[in-house]
Amino acid sequence: MAGAGRFVDDLDPLPGTLVAAVVRSPHPHARIRAADLEAARAHPGVAAVIGPDEVRAAVRPFPLSTTTPMPYLPSATDAARYVGEPVAVVVATDRYVAEDACELVAIDYEPLDVVVDTRSALSDDAVLLHPEAGTNVATDRTFSFGPVDDAFDRADHVVHGEYTFPRYSSVPMECYGVVAHWGVDAVEVWANFHGPFTMVPVVAGALGVPVSRLRLHVPADIGGSFGIKSGIYPYVVLMALASKHAGRPVRWTEDRVEHLLSSSSGAGRVMTFSAAVGADGTVDALRVDLVDDVGAYLRPPEPSTLYRCFGNITGAYDVPAVAIRARAVVTNRAPTGLNRGFGGQQLYFGLERLMDAVAGRTGLDVAEVRRRNLVRSFPHRTPTGGLYDSGDYTGALDLLLAKGGYDELRTRQSLARAEGAYYGVGLALVVDPSGTNIGYVGLATPAADRKPGRDKSGSTEIVRASVDLQGVVTVLLGSVPQGQGHATVARRVAASRLGLPVSQVRATVDMDTASTPWTVTSGSYSSRFAPLVTSAVIAAVDRLAETVRAGASVLLGVDASGLELADGSVRDPASGASCLFRHAAGVVHWDPGALPAGSPARLSTEGEFVPPEAVAATAEDRINSSLCYGFVAEMVGVRIDAATLEVTLDRVATVHDAGTILDPVLLEGQVLGALVHGLGGAAYEEFRYSPAGQPTSATFLDYLCPTSAETAFELVSDHVSSPSPLTPLGAKGCGEGSSMSLPVAYANAVADALAPAGVPVTSLPLHGSVLHDLLREQLAPR
Amino acid sequence: MKPAAFAYCRPDTVDEAVDVLARGDAKVLAGGQSLVPVLAMRLGRPGTLVDITRLPGLDDLSVVDGQLEIGAAVRQRTVERSPSTASVPLIGRAMPFVGHRELRSRGTVCGSLAHADPAAELPAVAACLGATVVLRGPRGERSVAAREFVTGPMTTAVDLDELVTAVRFPAARAGEGFGFAEIARRHGDFALAGVAVRVRGDAAVLAAFGVSDRPVVRELTLDDPTEAGLRPVTDALASEIVDTDGDAHGSRGYRARLLGVLAARELARAHREAACS
Repeated sequence: MAGAGRFVDDLDPLPGTLVAAVVRSPHPHARIRAADLEAARAHPGVAAVIGPDEVRAAVRPFPLSTTTPMPYLPSATDAARYVGEPVAVVVATDRYVAEDACELVAIDYEPLDVVVDTRSALSDDAVLLHPEAGTNVATDRTFSFGPVDDAFDRADHVVHGEYTFPRYSSVPMECYGVVAHWGVDAVEVWANFHGPFTMVPVVAGALGVPVSRLRLHVPADIGGSFGIKSGIYPYVVLMALASKHAGRPVRWTEDRVEHLLSSSSGAGRVMTFSAAVGADGTVDALRVDLVDDVGAYLRPPEPSTLYRCFGNITGAYDVPAVAIRARAVVTNRAPTGLNRGFGGQQLYFGLERLMDAVAGRTGLDVAEVRRRNLVRSFPHRTPTGGLYDSGDYTGALDLLLAKGGYDELRTRQSLARAEGAYYGVGLALVVDPSGTNIGYVGLATPAADRKPGRDKSGSTEIVRASVDLQGVVTVLLGSVPQGQGHATVARRVAASRLGLPVSQVRATVDMDTASTPWTVTSGSYSSRFAPLVTSAVIAAVDRLAETVRAGASVLLGVDASGLELADGSVRDPASGASCLFRHAAGVVHWDPGALPAGSPARLSTEGEFVPPEAVAATAEDRINSSLCYGFVAEMVGVRIDAATLEVTLDRVATVHDAGTILDPVLLEGQVLGALVHGLGGAAYEEFRYSPAGQPTSATFLDYLCPTSAETAFELVSDHVSSPSPLTPLGAKGCGEGSSMSLPVAYANAVADALAPAGVPVTSLPLHGSVLHDLLREQLAPR
Repeated sequence: MKPAAFAYCRPDTVDEAVDVLARGDAKVLAGGQSLVPVLAMRLGRPGTLVDITRLPGLDDLSVVDGQLEIGAAVRQRTVERSPSTASVPLIGRAMPFVGHRELRSRGTVCGSLAHADPAAELPAVAACLGATVVLRGPRGERSVAAREFVTGPMTTAVDLDELVTAVRFPAARAGEGFGFAEIARRHGDFALAGVAVRVRGDAAVLAAFGVSDRPVVRELTLDDPTEAGLRPVTDALASEIVDTDGDAHGSRGYRARLLGVLAARELARAHREAACS
């Protein structure tokens, strides 16, 4: 730790930059009758104020992935639809002056009725957020794969569950930050934006400038995101426009209240799951109904929470048939988006609570009923089109139960129950997708409406690598990490591939859309570094190796094709003769005339990785929504104080399969981080709203994140490794796993603990007050 | 999240501080752990901040005439670490629950009393023990019993032109036992329910916090001083004391449950301790 990080707020790329503050709606839903910005504009030190008129005149609504008319702009123009929605921007000499002037912005609001929850959004008499749409349902699609109805007709048991999943975030330490300059040649922006870079053309489109004239720099250091910062792009548009009006560069640094009020969060979900179950506990079909609350607008990349896990919607289980209804509704809440686990924590909360219900109905142990349904052979094609590339789910479950001490925890439970105390054990088995196939975005549009020749697929990565005059290799990453250690791993991968000591390889992180290679799917999301970026590193350094071999062939006097790179040298295995890597590179730099005709001479090159099997959605709406599918088997033991109902994590055991492990220390950090993130959603964090639509968790007094004091649980962590056949290293992503599994494993444990009291557990977070109220309801006379 | 403009004043004497307060539109700045966030969010915008942290005499921490006197500039962490605090064991029990150590290194004991958050620990300790708050104003010095000091949610008996200069806690006497407990969502969060208790023989004083708009004090006689024997008493007391609609962290019913449990546990514990002291 050197304290030398350079985060967006440390940068001062353009002297004379002014500072912006944002005026936000205090109303959850209100028509904007008028906006009087003159007093704010007249305030000393204010350079510009933009409001509804300026945005309406200059900004085009962001392109959406559905055709429902719910236009989304970076700030409110006709109406404000959630508390915290930007309404105006003040640009001034400093933030104090800007905030003073914000108080002078006079918006004439006409408050409207509100829609604050999913069920009321669906009701026929609900107030419409976007009247021209005629509905609050932004997207509604149904899918059916395999003989679903047959399976339900034949089922020995039909097990049904209704669940809700709350909104929560990852609360990165660093909030959003943007520096924008509307220049003569280009709109130049610095932002801690980490993709997906599909949003770059979206931003350019909103601003009405060609993509080539939007130059985005991302600082090498981002203070965490976990997906949440993908929601920054509307502010890029807003600050670019503010800069245009101010005639100066503008900096906006989001503060914590703004962040908790209106940045982004995972989507809330109301869902029902039904399973057609045989007498032996085999699940033959599923019916799944998902309704996401995406907030006031279908902010891209929503409704992707519904589809990111489409290919793995049947989870770890070999279920041949599934019917799905996928809807997203708009409500007077802040828009949602990526949050570590994206779509997985919501999906598995339903699926894995359901598996416990299947166990309850069939009388089987919760581990046994899962074991009977696990996918056993790989590759495995799911009914929705997913292709599970590799795995050993049964082996991972066995390892979990053995190392995690399943029997021991059951003994603790028996002892506790004998004393009238509560103890529970919860399991969750989840498939952990990585390397998103952008093709799933197409599913929001019915197949018949998808335009021929406009399909989307893939997830290409490009990496640049070079060899300098001293033979030092530099790998340039545009992978916009937020602290995951991309450079550390890329350096080691490149060194290993080139047979060089790590000290002879550098890896630098620098995203400048004008000079760093990038693709529409670039970015740091969907755990894509390990499967995709490292694969592009390999492709790039393999090209360098080809050139270096050519240089060595001159020094060794042999044909280049058989030469091997090892120990910092290039060696001829036939004769044993060798030369140093740097000398071989030196020939290419200094004496290219000596190279054999037709030899490559590129010592600065790029390599790309185009993932196989990541193709567009089929006409039947099947999609392999990710490149790789890892696995997590998790077990939680909880103790609940019978008097105070405080829940204590007694043990967390977790087994991960991320394919080939690239860096065990970084992997363990991801496992622990994801577990604690999941614990936040399970027990502490929730963005709540009052019935009137006011957020009630907009400071850290009310939005509670787990701290180090909450992470003192016993942790047992282990790994199995099923290398992916689809990536050169066999690596899969590993950044999200337990954020998908821990919430439901925790819920299953709490439900198991309270089973003697017969309390239904269908939602999160779970803590003393919630349990008290559940027990009260259970005891209350009916 | 930047405060509106304010004047900053660091007087040299208590009288000067009182003069500034008497001019109106002024607020006392001590540890700033509650005031500064209020300013930053513009929930309050006093014209002048009167910084008392370096006023001579307000940094005293001493035991005088069987009382622990804590000056208005004394940090919570200083109290926590001072040997003098052993004279009032209940303060030592409560202090680890006051925010986090980082906050206690800035926050002051008197500031916590003057802020009077309904879920704060120290006002409850002061009320339980019958502490005395010392005030100075244009009309001179006066003392207010801690049990009368808090007059409502985050409101106190301090007049706008007055300054809290010290608080005096009675030192523990032989034959007394004490108990303190609270439950919060996470360590350091505001309590959902908490109790501070003192027991002498079968006479007990209980101060409950986090369950009403101010600390609630009850005196009771312990007929059966075991936890099990006390539960019916404390459960009944709890449902009578709890006067809040609750929130997502703790419903009204849950807070009453916690108060009943904690009160019985701590009363029983304090009774055992009293018997041994």
